[in-house]
Amino acid sequence: MVGIVGYGAYIPRNRIKLETIAEVWGADAEAYKRGLMLYEKSVPSPDQDVITMTVEAARHAVKRAGIDPAEIGAVYVGSESHPYAVKPTGTLVAEALGATPSVHVADFEFACKAGSESMFVAMSHVKAGEMKYALGVGADTSQGAPGDALEYSASAGSAAFIMGAEQVVAECLHTYSFCTDTPDFWRREYQFYPQHAGRFTGEPAYFKHTYGCATRLMEMASMKPEDFAYCVFHQPNGKFPANAAKKLGFTKAQSETGWLSPWLGNTYSGASPMGLSAILDVAKPGDKILMVSYGSGSGSDGFVWQATERLPSVQKLAPQTRPQLDDNKVYLSYGQYAKYREKIKRAK
Amino acid sequence: MAFIPSYWRETPQRYRYEGNKCIKCECKHDSKCDCETGQVFFPPRRTCCPWCDCTLEPCTIATTGKLLTYTIIVVPPTQFGDEAPYALGICEMDDGARLTAQIVDVPLDKLEIGMPVRIEFRKIQQDGHAGILMYGYKVVPNS
Repeated sequence: MVGIVGYGAYIPRNRIKLETIAEVWGADAEAYKRGLMLYEKSVPSPDQDVITMTVEAARHAVKRAGIDPAEIGAVYVGSESHPYAVKPTGTLVAEALGATPSVHVADFEFACKAGSESMFVAMSHVKAGEMKYALGVGADTSQGAPGDALEYSASAGSAAFIMGAEQVVAECLHTYSFCTDTPDFWRREYQFYPQHAGRFTGEPAYFKHTYGCATRLMEMASMKPEDFAYCVFHQPNGKFPANAAKKLGFTKAQSETGWLSPWLGNTYSGASPMGLSAILDVAKPGDKILMVSYGSGSGSDGFVWQATERLPSVQKLAPQTRPQLDDNKVYLSYGQYAKYREKIKRAK
Repeated sequence: MAFIPSYWRETPQRYRYEGNKCIKCECKHDSKCDCETGQVFFPPRRTCCPWCDCTLEPCTIATTGKLLTYTIIVVPPTQFGDEAPYALGICEMDDGARLTAQIVDVPLDKLEIGMPVRIEFRKIQQDGHAGILMYGYKVVPNS
């Protein structure tokens, strides 16, 4: 049996309300709320980035796994906001965990799919018998240009998963990836903010790949939506994953546990992995979970997970995802937010 | 750039919170020092005190504890200029280790001596816009 042996998520405490952003740009907050189903989003402090959030989430995963970090054979971090352009995120994470020096490290990039990609490869190593444990992380502190639609959603968070073949808490039953070349969202070299193709990010991009991946994965697994206790999709806003779940035939009860984006925003590489983390916090043995990520450019990774008898015994060993989202929030003004996200031009 | 080697040498304590512990106190100068078996030191020490030769072994300090005392930095060093005013405190962790760290994620008027805290991994400073990023520990309210 190969799957997740430990998992964890991390969410910064800072939040900014959608109204606070809309007020600055003269936008209709109610229209954005209706259109995108977004209410607030997480914001990293100036001392938080992909490295710090990854270390925290990975430590939660190690606690739940109950393993010696020195036995982790691979550390893969998926993100589109790695703090360095040249110098790995993963080496620092591995050092902080105590996984060095016998460890394979790589940083992954594929827009919002980099997290599930790192999970996919980490699990493949374990499945191939090449290593006992492998860590896959999705984390981002992505930027949205001031006044752009992305500014209402781009947020911060991370989720980490240690894959292994013993003491598994969620077995991976099936995987599938669906990719095409679709230019819906990008950031060129040396550009600070990404750009997107507006409505083109919807049907030909997010929905085509999410439906394509989910449909084929369920065919491969000979399963139907009613066979799953939970589903989680990539969450660029609140509306897209809700619509995807509905069109694929999932009920609100199946999708709402992992649906974090209305109050979290889009954590990019962290989005569907964090939804999975929230589901694993409450899932019961035997529950099946459909997870489908989406990364612009474009592709989706799909997983069918099944919770094991061990899962309930680890759920409370580390901070859970929903309480991090719901409790101890600090609301920022737009000025604080602009300072924290380095949106203010300063003399050098 | 000259600070990179010293920063790198300290990564075990900065990244993994590694201190050391007196496993058998053999101090013969009770009146001069207060060290004892089991005492945890952070950052790690070469000896418990100037008068003894006790055996110390590496350990990872507890990540939860309480705030013993703090001060508010209003005029900071240049690299912390954007953070002022900020709090710097001494914390006693659950295993007795004491560490000095920045206290974050709490309004300054909500700081209380004795409040529960825990360590979080954060960016500490950066070498300008193009130099290295330096990471380590800060403490946050444990709530």
